[in-house]
Amino acid sequence: MSRRVVITGMGIYSCIGTSIEEVKQSLYEGKSGIVYDEERKEFGFQSAITGMVPKPNLKNLLNRRQRISVGEETEYAYMATIEALKNAKIEDSYFDENEVGILYGNDSVSKAIIEATDIIRDKKDTALIGSGAIFKSMNSTVTMNLSTIFRLRGVNMTISAACASGSHSIGLGFLLIQSGMQDMIICGGAQEINKYAMASFDGLGVFAANEAEPAKASRPFDSARNGLVPSGGGATLIIESYESAVKRGAPIIAEIIGYGFSSNGGHISTPNVEGPATAMRRALEQAGIQPHEVGYINAHATSTPLGDANEAKAIHEVFGGSNPYVSSTKSMTGHECWMAGASEVIYSTIMMQNDFIAPNINFENPDEDSKKLNIATETVNKNFDIYLSNSFGFGGTNSAVVVKKFKE
Amino acid sequence: MEADLILEKINEILVDEFEVDADIISPESNLKDTLGLDSLDYVDLVVAIESNFGVKLGEADFVGISTFSDFYKLIETKIQNKN
Repeated sequence: MSRRVVITGMGIYSCIGTSIEEVKQSLYEGKSGIVYDEERKEFGFQSAITGMVPKPNLKNLLNRRQRISVGEETEYAYMATIEALKNAKIEDSYFDENEVGILYGNDSVSKAIIEATDIIRDKKDTALIGSGAIFKSMNSTVTMNLSTIFRLRGVNMTISAACASGSHSIGLGFLLIQSGMQDMIICGGAQEINKYAMASFDGLGVFAANEAEPAKASRPFDSARNGLVPSGGGATLIIESYESAVKRGAPIIAEIIGYGFSSNGGHISTPNVEGPATAMRRALEQAGIQPHEVGYINAHATSTPLGDANEAKAIHEVFGGSNPYVSSTKSMTGHECWMAGASEVIYSTIMMQNDFIAPNINFENPDEDSKKLNIATETVNKNFDIYLSNSFGFGGTNSAVVVKKFKE
Repeated sequence: MEADLILEKINEILVDEFEVDADIISPESNLKDTLGLDSLDYVDLVVAIESNFGVKLGEADFVGISTFSDFYKLIETKIQNKN
């Protein structure tokens, strides 16, 4: 069995907007969501710039038991999910009558663990950390909570694959639906934004140095790039079989046609060229398309010197013949890490729906590798039918997802 | 602390922690049923009482506690013993 897999709902809670409509505007305008966070500087960060989102007010949305079990990343994921469900025209009662799964990317729960540990250190008594701590302190916190809140009865697990988590969640969901094992899955990625979550990452000295001009700090592919900017939030996609979407009269947004993965088999943090190139080739192969059919590539490029250079080499290797438009939306959002693979599929789908390519802001001068790419330096008004979204992570995990404009 | 003040404070804590209306609480009502407590909620009740009165409750303390009145007496005793 090989079924068509479509996207019928999207929801986003990010530093460039907390709704699809707001994000569409930001993408079109090339608006940055990066700010300076004084609290991080006081905490000891080398670079205190970050993407920032408002704290969701869940008081009237969730009951007490639900609220005390959700940590920061789940709050963002929940906000994104209710928007995605609404756009997909899924009412609460749908979950009582249909089996729906959840595969969500998440790879840290730093704040919840540290806060609970601080209480134990202070009080010397685990009985005083409260009942919610355990449900906030496990890596599967997002799927654990959302599956309970929405009463889901299908596949239920968290995908932890570093900065490719969100992308793999979509890819794996795609495979489960394509094979007929599930009809509908809530996919996505969530990323906590707090000083605890990013301190050890900052400790590597890989964050962008330009604290004086936060909006200019994330500059993927630019020759003056000097590091990434951390960010976060939540991104949810409702994906389902074509038959399921038609049966319930759902609005079909786009079709997922390919997913390629690979592992570098090398260094824990230094990426290579072969691994990402393999993931992209496999995604194209599975989609049954040639490179020239891809109209846009949403690059993983995080604004680190070596990572961007190697991705540029890999893209050139696979797509050099047709040279499609490329941009990294991380130039505006910063690196949304565990969420990025899902949010960037949403950003790219918004572009495809609305006939534009969002700019790779701050790309002023190319280097030896990026000069070979067709990087969108400004918003390009262009109709395209297929895009590819790259996500790579520590440990050499690579994911590429190919999405097509929906046609009957 | 006077018994009346303890009772008042406990009610405040319960209303705040479990997000219930104050008027559903009466001394002879059943504590568990009125507040809709499950096993996890008892963990939070222990934390709330410790944070506000500095007394620690264990599982054994809840044996025989049925009404709000029972619970007030339990906390009063704990506070007296502490002092």
